[in-house]
Amino acid sequence: MASVQASAAMVEAVARSRRRDQLRFRLSFFTTWLVLVAIIVGGLAAAGKIDLEFLGRHQAFILGGIPVTIIVAASSIAIAVILAIVGALGRLSSNPVIYGLASFYVSLVRGTPLLVQILFVYLALPQIWIEFAKIPLIVLGIFALAFNYGAYMTEIFRAGIQAIHRGQLEAAAALGMTGRLTMRRIVLPQAIRIVTPAIGNEFIAMIKDSALVSIIGVQELLWRAQRAGTPEFRLLESLLVAALVYWILTIVFSLLQDRLEKRMAESDRRL
Amino acid sequence: MTELHDAFAAPGALTPAGAKPIVRLEGLEKYFGSNHVLRGCTLEVYPKETICIIGRSGSGKSTLLRCTNFLEEPTVGTIEVDGLRVEADPLHAWDRDHQERIRQIRLRAQMVFQEFNLFPHMTVLQNLIEGPTRVKGVPEAEAVATAEKYLDKVGLREKRDEFPGRLSGGQKQRVAIARALTMEPKVLLFDEPTSALDPTLVGEVLKVMAELAHEGATMIVVTHEMAFAREAADQVYFIEEGVFVEAGPPDEVIERPKDPRTRQFLSRLLHTV
Repeated sequence: MASVQASAAMVEAVARSRRRDQLRFRLSFFTTWLVLVAIIVGGLAAAGKIDLEFLGRHQAFILGGIPVTIIVAASSIAIAVILAIVGALGRLSSNPVIYGLASFYVSLVRGTPLLVQILFVYLALPQIWIEFAKIPLIVLGIFALAFNYGAYMTEIFRAGIQAIHRGQLEAAAALGMTGRLTMRRIVLPQAIRIVTPAIGNEFIAMIKDSALVSIIGVQELLWRAQRAGTPEFRLLESLLVAALVYWILTIVFSLLQDRLEKRMAESDRRL
Repeated sequence: MTELHDAFAAPGALTPAGAKPIVRLEGLEKYFGSNHVLRGCTLEVYPKETICIIGRSGSGKSTLLRCTNFLEEPTVGTIEVDGLRVEADPLHAWDRDHQERIRQIRLRAQMVFQEFNLFPHMTVLQNLIEGPTRVKGVPEAEAVATAEKYLDKVGLREKRDEFPGRLSGGQKQRVAIARALTMEPKVLLFDEPTSALDPTLVGEVLKVMAELAHEGATMIVVTHEMAFAREAADQVYFIEEGVFVEAGPPDEVIERPKDPRTRQFLSRLLHTV
């Protein structure tokens, strides 16, 4: 009996020491980050390079770009997912015309810079049809981003669909399901599960790439930072704020994504 | 070939006179590339019969079964299930009409796979009602009632709301059998249903299958389980290099095999088990 109690106490002590180590690690980690931020911001402020008064006057305007950035990124991703599913089905089609269309889309988009695509939508399309000029800028921006990301995500979805075990297709066929029903009921639900973490990564990348639509005048974070900073030659302050906000947004969404993945992993244990 | 046909009992000789086969495979041949896997297999199954197909791996037995419901398109041959005759047509395999006929065959001949192939994103019940509701258009309430009936039959009623991942291999395979049964097929095809199972779980699956056989289900079973074949089969077919070498009731083919190849196969199997 005595030896059993002793070992239980031992187990408890080991666990406690491990928890303490973990806590110490985290504390040191956060301290490192704090010190780094303090050195950069504090150093610049101490050197008199940062005009806090300017920031006070313009912070509401600049930070007002956050919801615009999030709306642009979220809408673009949502549309890109739809384009990607259609694109992936096309890339897996046995119909050469449909396969050709999908491959053309992917190749065209991946072979040209995103910035060119955004400018093309804004500057070139109205030359083809003047009515394009009447479309709100934010819609043009979302369209260009979605069009671009849809092509990259086409390959993600294609891989997700191809990752479905062949036996699943056979089981569906053996039940008498048609190809279309199999895709809708068996393949896509499983494929979407598989690619969800990748879509999260794309969303985080999109938050950063959404800054590019500032060039066509969409009033998101970067556009506002430039707009506020330029007249007073205070771009150090305004761009620093914009950069910090992008950084924080990506950190926050990464954490949310981690959580989502953990939850999915937990429910996957059922599978 | 002629001597093989002589070795077969004449169709109908083993079943009541006047009975008509419910499954008829005629002259099935299958090439994978230049590999001649099936070299003319003919097989008749009468209602309520259980047929076991035995043979070493690579002998073509699984291919034969997978040709029966066109998971593999045969190169040559005819498949008839419950009055629906479909000729192999590899050149037009993707024609709409041919695909529809194949689908009709599949509704009549449901398959149970070695790897179960349950749908992991659906509960047991959802797995069971997917086919009836989506493919056959059965109203959901009716499909649920049928599903529960067959879950009772395989003894897994209490698992209806579990996801497949939470089940043991034996339970998964019993659910897969129930899924096939809910389609109310004319014949059940079993493709080595116990080969992927932990040895301790084989018994529960074979028990369910034996019950089905004794209750009069029509079954074609590809298996290595000689005890099951002996107990439940009406006919045993031994296949070697894509042809049936010997066929007959189990107490002939398994107990007193005539062909030296059958004898060799069985003695090897007995020695390894």
